[in-house]
Amino acid sequence: MAQLPSTRQALATGLWYDNAIFRQVLGICSALAVTNLMRNTLVMAAGVIYAASMSSLTMSLLRDATPRRIRIMVEILIIAFYVVILHLFLKAFLPEVSRDLGPYVGLIITNCILQGRLEAFAINNKPWPSFLDGLGSGAGYAAALIAIALVREPLGFGTLLGYPVMGAGWTRWTLMVMPAGAFFVLALLVWGCRYLSEPPQEGKR
Amino acid sequence: MMPTDIPPYAPWVILLGAVIAENMLLTNFLGMCSYLAISREMRAAAGLGAAVTVVMTVTSGLCYVVYWRVLAPLGLEYLQLIAFMLVIAATVQILEMALERLSPRLYFALGVFLPLITVNCAILGACLFLQIRNYSLIQSVCYGAGSGLGWWLAIVLLAGIRGRLQPARLPRGMDGPGIALVITGIMALAFTGLAGMLSIR
Repeated sequence: MAQLPSTRQALATGLWYDNAIFRQVLGICSALAVTNLMRNTLVMAAGVIYAASMSSLTMSLLRDATPRRIRIMVEILIIAFYVVILHLFLKAFLPEVSRDLGPYVGLIITNCILQGRLEAFAINNKPWPSFLDGLGSGAGYAAALIAIALVREPLGFGTLLGYPVMGAGWTRWTLMVMPAGAFFVLALLVWGCRYLSEPPQEGKR
Repeated sequence: MMPTDIPPYAPWVILLGAVIAENMLLTNFLGMCSYLAISREMRAAAGLGAAVTVVMTVTSGLCYVVYWRVLAPLGLEYLQLIAFMLVIAATVQILEMALERLSPRLYFALGVFLPLITVNCAILGACLFLQIRNYSLIQSVCYGAGSGLGWWLAIVLLAGIRGRLQPARLPRGMDGPGIALVITGIMALAFTGLAGMLSIR
C-alpha cells in the first residue's frame, strides 16, 4: 500500500475489496452482538466510522512523533480517547441505546479493525489518505453490520427499526435473536462473499 | 467504595455460570478474532486458552480494585475504559517478564500469545461486565476465572472439530472462517441448552 489511493479507491477498498468483516473476518465480536436490532446496529456503525476515521487521522498526524517501540500503546490510547467521547455522548443523548449496547461501545477500543488500520496504514501515510482509509474501513464495517441486522431483525422480531414488516401472522424465529443465529447469518454472508470473489480452483480442497 | 447492590450469587455459581451458561465467546461473542485465527491447531489453541485464563483472572481482580477503590472514590468513572486498558496492558507485560524469568518452558509455550492478549476483547469485556453487574471482589475474580475457562473450552473444542474436519471437502468459499463460524453456531446452540441452569446476571 505504498502508492496513495484516490478517494474512491480508498473507500471501495474498505467497503468491498478488503471488507474487514467478510474478507478478513476481523472485529466481528460487536458485529455479532449488536445486530439483532437495526437501531442499535446503526448507532454502533456510526460510532465505528467516527472512531476509525478520527483515530486514523490522529495517528497519521502523530506518526513522526511516535517512537516505534511504544506505538501499540499510543494506538490504543488514541482509539480509547475517541471511544470515551463516543461512550459519554451516547450516555448523555441516547441513554436507551447506550444501555442496550452495554459494554460493546467500550469494546470498540479492542476492535481489531481499528488497530489493524492504524498499524497497517495510518502510521506510514499522510493524514488525508489515512482519514479516508479509516473512513473506508469503518464504512465497510458499517455495511456488513447493516447486512447482518437486515436478516436478523425481520426474521427474529418481524420488525425493522421497530416497524412491523413481515405481516401480522409472522412467527418469530427465536433462533435469529439467539447467539447461534448470529453465527449462522455471519457464516452464510462470509461464505457468499468469498464464493463471489474467489475464482474457482480446480483440484483444491 | 463498594458496589451498591451486589448480586446474591455464590462465587462458585458465578464461576460455573461463566463457563457454561454465559460463555464469553458463545453468548457474548467476545474474543472472536484470535479464536478464529488460532484455532487451526490444537497445541496453539490450548496454549492461548491457558494464557487468556491466567490474564483474565488477574485483570478481573485488578480492574475491580482500580474501579471501586481508585476511580469511583475520585469521581473519575469516565476514565474507566482507559484505566482498564492500561491495567490489562501492564498485567500482560509484567506476566511476560515474570514468566521469562521464572519458567522459561512455560514462557516458550505461552510467550508468543501474550502480546495478542492485550487486544483480546474478551479480557476488556470481562472487566466491563463485572463493573456493570456490580460484582464484589470475590465474585469478580471468579467471574474472570470462569470466563477464561469458558473461552479456553470453546477454543479447544473448535480446534478439535476443525482438526477432524481437515480431510473433508468443503464448498468453494466455505473453508477457513466460514466453516469455523458454522461450527461455532452449532456449539452455541448446544450451550444455549444449558443457559437456564445457572443465572448470573
